[in-house]
Amino acid sequence: MDNLFQRSLEDLIKGFRLQLLGDSSFISRALEEIRREIKATDLSTKSTALHKLSYLAAIHGVDMSWAAFHALEVVSSSRFHHKRIGYQAITQSFHDQTSVLLLITNQLRKDLNSVNEYEVSLALECLSRIGTRDLARDLSPEVFTLLGSSKSFVRKKATGVVLRVFDKYPDAVKVCFKRLVENLETSDPQILSAVVGVFCELASKDPTSCLPLAPEFFKILVDSRNNWVLIKLLKIFSKLASVEPRLGRKVAEPICEHMKRTVAKSLVFECVRTVVSSLSDHEAAVKLAVAKIREFLVEDDPNLKYLGLHALSIAAPKHLWAVLENKEAVVKALSDEDPNVKLEALHLLMAMVTEDNVSEISRILMNYALKSDPLFCNEIIISVLSVCSRNAYEIIVDFDWYVSLLGEMARIPHCQRGEEIEHQLIDIGMRVRDARPQLVRVSWALLIDPALLGNMFLHPILSAASWVSGEYVEFAKNPYELVEALVQPRTDLLPPYIRAIYIHSVFKVLVFCLRSYFSAQESSSGSSSTVYESILNLVNVIEIGVWPLSGAYDVEVQERAKNVLGFIGMAKQDIAKKVNLQDNEAEACRVTAFMEDAFSEELGPISANAREKVCVPDGLELEENLGDLEEICGKFLKPVESDSVSCTDKITFSVSNLRIRDQQEASSSTSLPPKESSSLLAEHRKRHGMYYLTSEKNDPDSNGTPNDYPPANDLASEILLDPLDPKRKAKHRKSRPVVVKLDEGGESRITTSQAKTKQESVTDDESLSRDIQSALLVNKKGKEREKCEGNSNLVVQEEETSRIEKPQNSEKKKKKKKNGERTSGKHRSRRRSEVASSSEQVEIPDLLL
Amino acid sequence: MDRLMSLCVPSLNLRMHRSLIDSLEIQSCYLLSEHSCLASGFGSIHFVLLVSRQGKVRLTKWYSPYTQKERSKVIRELSGVILNRGPKLCNFVEWRGYKVVYKRYASLYFCMCIDAEDNELEVLEIIHHYVEILDRYFGSVCELDLIFNFHKAYYILDELLIAGEIQESSKKTVARIISAQDEMVEAAKEEAGSISYIIAQAS
Repeated sequence: MDNLFQRSLEDLIKGFRLQLLGDSSFISRALEEIRREIKATDLSTKSTALHKLSYLAAIHGVDMSWAAFHALEVVSSSRFHHKRIGYQAITQSFHDQTSVLLLITNQLRKDLNSVNEYEVSLALECLSRIGTRDLARDLSPEVFTLLGSSKSFVRKKATGVVLRVFDKYPDAVKVCFKRLVENLETSDPQILSAVVGVFCELASKDPTSCLPLAPEFFKILVDSRNNWVLIKLLKIFSKLASVEPRLGRKVAEPICEHMKRTVAKSLVFECVRTVVSSLSDHEAAVKLAVAKIREFLVEDDPNLKYLGLHALSIAAPKHLWAVLENKEAVVKALSDEDPNVKLEALHLLMAMVTEDNVSEISRILMNYALKSDPLFCNEIIISVLSVCSRNAYEIIVDFDWYVSLLGEMARIPHCQRGEEIEHQLIDIGMRVRDARPQLVRVSWALLIDPALLGNMFLHPILSAASWVSGEYVEFAKNPYELVEALVQPRTDLLPPYIRAIYIHSVFKVLVFCLRSYFSAQESSSGSSSTVYESILNLVNVIEIGVWPLSGAYDVEVQERAKNVLGFIGMAKQDIAKKVNLQDNEAEACRVTAFMEDAFSEELGPISANAREKVCVPDGLELEENLGDLEEICGKFLKPVESDSVSCTDKITFSVSNLRIRDQQEASSSTSLPPKESSSLLAEHRKRHGMYYLTSEKNDPDSNGTPNDYPPANDLASEILLDPLDPKRKAKHRKSRPVVVKLDEGGESRITTSQAKTKQESVTDDESLSRDIQSALLVNKKGKEREKCEGNSNLVVQEEETSRIEKPQNSEKKKKKKKNGERTSGKHRSRRRSEVASSSEQVEIPDLLL
Repeated sequence: MDRLMSLCVPSLNLRMHRSLIDSLEIQSCYLLSEHSCLASGFGSIHFVLLVSRQGKVRLTKWYSPYTQKERSKVIRELSGVILNRGPKLCNFVEWRGYKVVYKRYASLYFCMCIDAEDNELEVLEIIHHYVEILDRYFGSVCELDLIFNFHKAYYILDELLIAGEIQESSKKTVARIISAQDEMVEAAKEEAGSISYIIAQAS
């Protein structure tokens, strides 16, 4: 009697719309009810409860895995109505790990064998969704039978399920493949399209295995006028053509026919895509496809416009002319309101970039970046940056222009790509000597603008600019203004680690100025008072600007500020003295000269594999586990309190293991908890952000290896002098003639070597994927072999027969197949070897070639 | 186009009851499927999603394995993306390396997720096809129909797609199959609802 008072699904839905309880409490109430009802012995009560539950699960995301067994019970009902509800619940909630999955096999088998075609279809649908390896194995005979069913309704669904079965249980291919191929020649268009769909998916997984069927596909391609089928066929052929290029010649013509004939845009688009992706060697076809793409581009329909651009981007790598021809439309699409279209257009424009037009395209893009929304603006910036810096600035000829472009980018209001621009500014400074004057000019312009200091996204750029202008101060027009810019009050807005770089740059400028001042004094005895005054001014400005920082909280800032002030204090007297008496032995003079020497030593970029060139010092054991190190160091770290971590702990960390060991032996250590020491290490890293910033040169240190390595430049020259690397040199000479002129000596070669390592890493990836593929192939070959065993006789013989005597009655064929099957059973081993070889070198029947 | 624009006027109740198919602008036909009677193949649709303009889920169908958690995440993510797109933009969204093809009919968004290399226009056609079949079945279908007959929308979808591929492109055939199944159910219900059956149950 329960079911008389039970709420139906409709009641539930209505109740849900009227309820005032709030969604979650209403759902939990309904669930309670369902839990009670679903335990009923009466199947219709149970099924209604299950129905309600699956509604809640589908729409409101309620978990229904607990009802798996109840779903099974409902499915076992003899009533179609219940079955349908049960199967729906199962397809919705079952997955590979569902524990009751084992119990469903028999029920499915029963329903697959049912006389009621709708029950069969329910079971098939269920199998298509939840099929596991076991289910696929156990039920493949049933599916095989259904593939030959007289009802096309069932046969169609069985075909749809086959793929899942193949996927889970490859051995089923042996059994079912033959029937599938038979269905390719059916006159029933419904089944034909189902089969083509299956082959489409098979071909996309493993094109070679479908290659022998090419003649059949070709026939359908020519004959069929069903657009759904044709789209699938085109997909098959684009896969097949990628493994058998000769096929392209044959299919290009009918594809062009379809392209000319049809008005259905989806088919046209599929033709276009097939041609540009797989038949790109066939000029006539490509031309026609590009013409069609142009039609798409001028349409008002945003879908077609987007797809047109998409097709162009597929064509771009091989047929750049197609993109160039449509340049106008592409540029126009940049201002489209649809972000998808804009992005696609941007990618296309970037594909067009070459040495000659890079400045023009960048100009266009910068204009768009100024106008567009933040998201797209940054998309533009990042793609320009990445294309221009590709392969060590391969396409950049005029670095002065490029550096100015970087400066401009920094001034785009929405720019958020500071880190990348920062990296490139420094990178170019180190790599391209000739670009340095311009780099300093651009940096100066950035530094002097107080407005930029307010934008935190630009801080990285400013830090790069300050480093550049300090490092290459010799190109600065007016050091005084530069210093003023570096110590302006608004630099308060910078984070401490960047401020430290600012101060250090001030230091460099100061040293440079003093040095030139002193040397001028030496050479010309008559010193003008204006020079004296200007240098005094400079010193005063620095003193005033830096003085407040000597009390800064950040140790890095504080220490650098104190360094500068100390240096000034020492030099000030001498500056004054200098004017009066010519004393070559003045201390400041010597110190300045020394500092100048230190600073003028050039920093170069570091090859990514430079670290490998460093040989491990004798007696050094590179401990793999740094946890040990922490324990060992614990003792020394203990007295160091968090704020005063500066140089001392750096030494502690950089000391080679060996030394630490010695000390450890001397002192029986009570170690700090590892947590604390690691946090100290992290803090140290933070403090010395500047140290990490300037280049990758510190990377080896940060990995916990000793500091006693030769300085970066020695490494660079070491690599340079390496005579064993002729490749590197050859490459450098060939690929970047322009940059050779720009770069001199070390950097350029290292540049190329870096580029090379980049490429190497790329090829590494490729070879990895190739390995994976080949590993997969081994698996597949096994599968394929089995597959071919089942059908090789059929495929091969059928081809032969169909080639020789095309109009053949089906009876005769069937007989042949049966014969073939039998022989294959007998001579399995022989076939196996045949098949193995054929899978490597698939033969295409003459018909096609 | 005018009709499409008029839909943007927020009048909640009206929209709930407006027929979905009414809102069809004259479709620029990507695929002339009217007489190409039957088709199948792998659209390789990963899931189907029906979301109302208010972000309420009306139907979900998953052809690839997703856990319940992932499902709700996907729905949240996608409805956020799709509902915010303007009316004149293209019907495709790139999402996690897949493409989601969507189309708005009155207050409902029909979304299907496919692989990047699948044919977007074809999927648009499948969506349209589905709507037309629903329209034929319910007789000028509207959102309320789908709310109250959510299971029927499922059954129809099951006849249209199998394992994430379109299996049936003839509207007539789908209608015939569905009505045949309905009849079976009705017959069973009548039997179950008959007084004699209830008495038999009760006693």
